[in-house]
Amino acid sequence: MSIAIRDVHKAFDATPVLRGVTLEVPDGELVALLGPSGCGKTTLLRIIAGLEAADAGEVRHDGEDVSARSARERNVGVVFQHYALFRHMTVEENVAFALRVRKRPRAETAARVAQLLRLVQLDGLKGRYPQQLSGGQRQRVALARALATEPRILLLDEPFGALDARVRQELRRWLRRLHDELHVTSVFVTHDQEEAFEVADRVVLMNAGRVEQVGTPAQVFEEPASAFVMRFLGAVNAFKGWVEGDRAFVNGLDLELVAPASAAHRARAHVFVRPHELDIHRAPVPGSFAASVERVLPLGAAVRIELSAPGVGGAVEAELDVRRSEALALAPGDTVHLAPRRVRVFPSREDELDSLTASAL
Amino acid sequence: MSAGARRGVLPGFGLSTGFTVLYLCLVVLVPLSAVALRSSSLGWEAAWSVVASPRALASYRLSFGASLAAAAANVVLGGLVAWVLARYRFPGRAVVDALVDLPFALPTAVSGIALTAVYGPTGWIGRHLEAAGVRVAFSPLGVTLALTFIGLPFVIRTVQPVLEDPDPEVEEAAAVLGASRWQTFRRVLLPALLPAAITGFALAFARALGEYGSVVFISGNMPMRTEIAPLLVMTRLEQFDYAGAAAIATVLLGASFVLLLAINRLQAWTRARAGAA
Repeated sequence: MSIAIRDVHKAFDATPVLRGVTLEVPDGELVALLGPSGCGKTTLLRIIAGLEAADAGEVRHDGEDVSARSARERNVGVVFQHYALFRHMTVEENVAFALRVRKRPRAETAARVAQLLRLVQLDGLKGRYPQQLSGGQRQRVALARALATEPRILLLDEPFGALDARVRQELRRWLRRLHDELHVTSVFVTHDQEEAFEVADRVVLMNAGRVEQVGTPAQVFEEPASAFVMRFLGAVNAFKGWVEGDRAFVNGLDLELVAPASAAHRARAHVFVRPHELDIHRAPVPGSFAASVERVLPLGAAVRIELSAPGVGGAVEAELDVRRSEALALAPGDTVHLAPRRVRVFPSREDELDSLTASAL
Repeated sequence: MSAGARRGVLPGFGLSTGFTVLYLCLVVLVPLSAVALRSSSLGWEAAWSVVASPRALASYRLSFGASLAAAAANVVLGGLVAWVLARYRFPGRAVVDALVDLPFALPTAVSGIALTAVYGPTGWIGRHLEAAGVRVAFSPLGVTLALTFIGLPFVIRTVQPVLEDPDPEVEEAAAVLGASRWQTFRRVLLPALLPAAITGFALAFARALGEYGSVVFISGNMPMRTEIAPLLVMTRLEQFDYAGAAAIATVLLGASFVLLLAINRLQAWTRARAGAA
């Protein structure tokens, strides 16, 4: 079932949380709502579920306006952040809940529950109570419960937030496989870029109540639409400068742009270079600037170099693969020359709202 | 698992248990066994004639019946008050919250006099009830009313924390899964509340059973009709029949103990089901 959200606004006690969100989720897609805390992603999910009513705008499921329908009438599966399992019910009773309140025949309920428990690989634990389960198992019970009535939309709020790193890894892959099997239109909320990229078909980047960009993980990473997206996805070196035509300037440093920013006249701008798109040379090359090595941090497959470049206003980070790093044999105190392979520039907006700085993330 | 881990972080099991047993003995067990011993001085037959007299039997019926009814009424009414206090924010909430404890603080005689003044045949409310054919004062209904009054805080104070412990997600989950409001209440909320409600019930019941001061004014103390068992004990004492008073008290004690034990078992069972253990 497709989801269409048009110009949805929502405020809590006069604090705007969503400022005109428009979003399409095609049938059968798995979409991640990604953004820092306080960007409105959970509120948007709750509006889709019907747990919260939008102040303005509309929500359509399969083209049908559901704004007036309660959560109960929408037949949407929801997995809550803290699972929200019924503590006094066994795993089996939890999963059967939606079928029992619908007064489905007993045999049908039993068969469906058994099927779901096999699906989430918990058939051996059906008599347990939630507090006797591990976090990952609880999460799977919550998922089985949400899928009981075969909803055509599945919503997940920070589904792996409360789990430890290894379980999270496993569950992510498992959720992806499950989605490929069931093809239920799914939306999940996360603040973890890695999680969004690994699981989702498409990523919706949200900031301060607005959608900043929608695209596949590769698209949003390679072609970020705004300074916010650039900064939110992965490590980045950010400089303040200005842009004119196809050149960017940072403190008198003249940087050539690969993809020209659309600034016909001189404008203040954010200039970004990702650490892995910064080459380190022993000798100056065209377009390079000088820096001195402060620290060399081996991170496994890559090596992170922390440098200080007074020319661009301070600390800079670069990332090299191990081979290149070995070839350079950098040591703290060395003077090197940095040449950006790719520079991205976003003209500064006067009305910039940024939940990254607002929430001190 | 090592012995150290099994013993837990805080040592002193032996000391604290020893103290607990001693304390319970001095404060609870010894006085109570004195009651039983005292009544045994009567001899079996005499004791039986006191304990099983028609007047005593009628008083047990009233005491236990009214106490159970009052505790049950409190579970419903107190549950409702606790719900309102825990779930809603309204002006004057703090005042209402403080009012709840008043029956604890009030000398029971004061509550008895106040209740009689209001519900008596000439009282503000009693007058109209009387006209409608309902007699509150000097009837078992009046006894139940007084016992409800003094037991109310127990249920509210046990249920309120459970309701205040907020997990709105659970109720939302039920709604999303298609449960109606009633189904959400009955299948999700109620089972979570049950252990606390039973605790409140047990406390209110125990308190009502021993209550004396507030009841004597409103009940009228008519033998066979509105005489509660604690009053019968008092009457015996006033006649210097200590052994007879102790005999009736022993029956009260034994029956209360059995009932409370049963309620505790029920509570443990629901608690295990509610997963609070």
